[in-house]
Amino acid sequence: MKKYSVFAIAREAMRGHKGWEEQWSSPEPKKEYDVIIVGAGGHGLATAYYLATVHGITNVAVLEKGWLGGGNTGRNTTIIRSNYLYDESAGIYDHALKLWDGLSQELNYNVMYSARGVMMLAHNVHDIQVLKRHVHANRLNGIDNEWLTPEQAKEFCPPLNISKDARYPVVGAALQRRGGTARHDAVAWGYARGASARGVHIIQNCEVTGVKRAANGAVTGVDTTRGFIGAKKVGVVAAGHSSVIMNMAGVRMPLESYPLQALVSEPVKPVVPCVIMSNTVHAYISQSDKGELVIGAGTDQYVSYSQTGGLHILQHTLDAICEMFPIFTRMKMLRSWGGIVDVTPDRSPILAKTPVKGLYVNCGWGTGGFKATPGSGHVFAHTIAKDDPHPINAPFTIERFRTGRLIDEAAAAAVAH
Amino acid sequence: MLLIRCPYCEEERPELEFRNAGEAHIARSTNIAGESDDDFEKFFFIRSNPKGVIYERWRHMHGCARFFNAVRDTVTDKFIMTYKAGEPKPAKLPGASK
Repeated sequence: MKKYSVFAIAREAMRGHKGWEEQWSSPEPKKEYDVIIVGAGGHGLATAYYLATVHGITNVAVLEKGWLGGGNTGRNTTIIRSNYLYDESAGIYDHALKLWDGLSQELNYNVMYSARGVMMLAHNVHDIQVLKRHVHANRLNGIDNEWLTPEQAKEFCPPLNISKDARYPVVGAALQRRGGTARHDAVAWGYARGASARGVHIIQNCEVTGVKRAANGAVTGVDTTRGFIGAKKVGVVAAGHSSVIMNMAGVRMPLESYPLQALVSEPVKPVVPCVIMSNTVHAYISQSDKGELVIGAGTDQYVSYSQTGGLHILQHTLDAICEMFPIFTRMKMLRSWGGIVDVTPDRSPILAKTPVKGLYVNCGWGTGGFKATPGSGHVFAHTIAKDDPHPINAPFTIERFRTGRLIDEAAAAAVAH
Repeated sequence: MLLIRCPYCEEERPELEFRNAGEAHIARSTNIAGESDDDFEKFFFIRSNPKGVIYERWRHMHGCARFFNAVRDTVTDKFIMTYKAGEPKPAKLPGASK
């Protein structure tokens, strides 16, 4: 792997950019690997990267039915934060946040992580109570989060409408300054490049159609559209399709898959300096470095794999955005799209060993998995390499739905879902 | 937006009138306190989440307000049929080859 640097740019500028090499190779699949990762999204590629760099396991294949990073990794609104209520969530999301800081240097790839601040708005007394509870819980966990008055919120984010006669008046806000955004595609590409350079095979257009198990129940490999590929360890990181893959191994999951939509506006000059979220009216907005407003909407109410969603969901979100930011009422929206998110009953992910020997699963990130990408890959690689969870992901078992030891961020409602 | 046929009103109405109520034909135990943890997990948390034909409950919230069941393809989001609550799971679907 040739290192990217200012000298490389200068050198290539001199010779017509003919010397750039492919960022990752596209080898033919081997008959057998030590580890197969199902799904080449951010989480899957990060898992492969850390398997190679931290645990020295490089005989790894990442299988992807479509193209690399073409699922939810390329469809999310790129928000990064760690201000979750419960200790377990704080642990895993802040682990990720710490890795975001410095990720560009580690990968030698600019993931454009920008700690521009994530501000969550309160519109009523209940919001104030919930958000203040989060502020305190976060600070006890060593996570920055602070309470702002409406005037302070306006100062931090000038386009915000804090007038008292707004339809959704802003009565306060919680601000995590370390939160922000990153360039989602670059995250997938950077991890893919780093993993490929260390010998990991990234195999696109290779859909898993079955999971093979030996007589004793242990995993022996997967059937794919490019034939059988053997492995004693298989990690399923398939987002909305995780339950489909797990069913192939005979494991029924506490998951339901829903469409989640997002949209972007025409590009404009810098106007939104941070990420603004409102759980009550269900809207979140930030501005990409290209200048587009990036707006996240809610999920549809029904199970679907259609990667689309109802127009009324977008309309509802835009109603809220226009109320909060009257200056955007005449903004044109360029495009909208949907992704399929796998949601657990408690809205916390599952990163765990499974009842099947050699089968591991990293799923259930629901509507907010992007922010966790580095941390998720890091601890999931540990889980696969050691056949034992990392202390950070140890609470995120499948069994918690039997024991009742939930990590109930759904009830905590700090998350937009 | 989906168009959903309410089997009580016998009309196709826009999705906004309806609320999805999750997977259908999951029976609550008559002796819920006596359920094992395994069975309770299956009843309460485990879902089939199929890529393809799903049996699900809907409620005609802003209409007759009644619950009913529907069969839908989760890839195309097209409804195959709807039927009244309490009716058995259809053995044969309209248009199915087998």
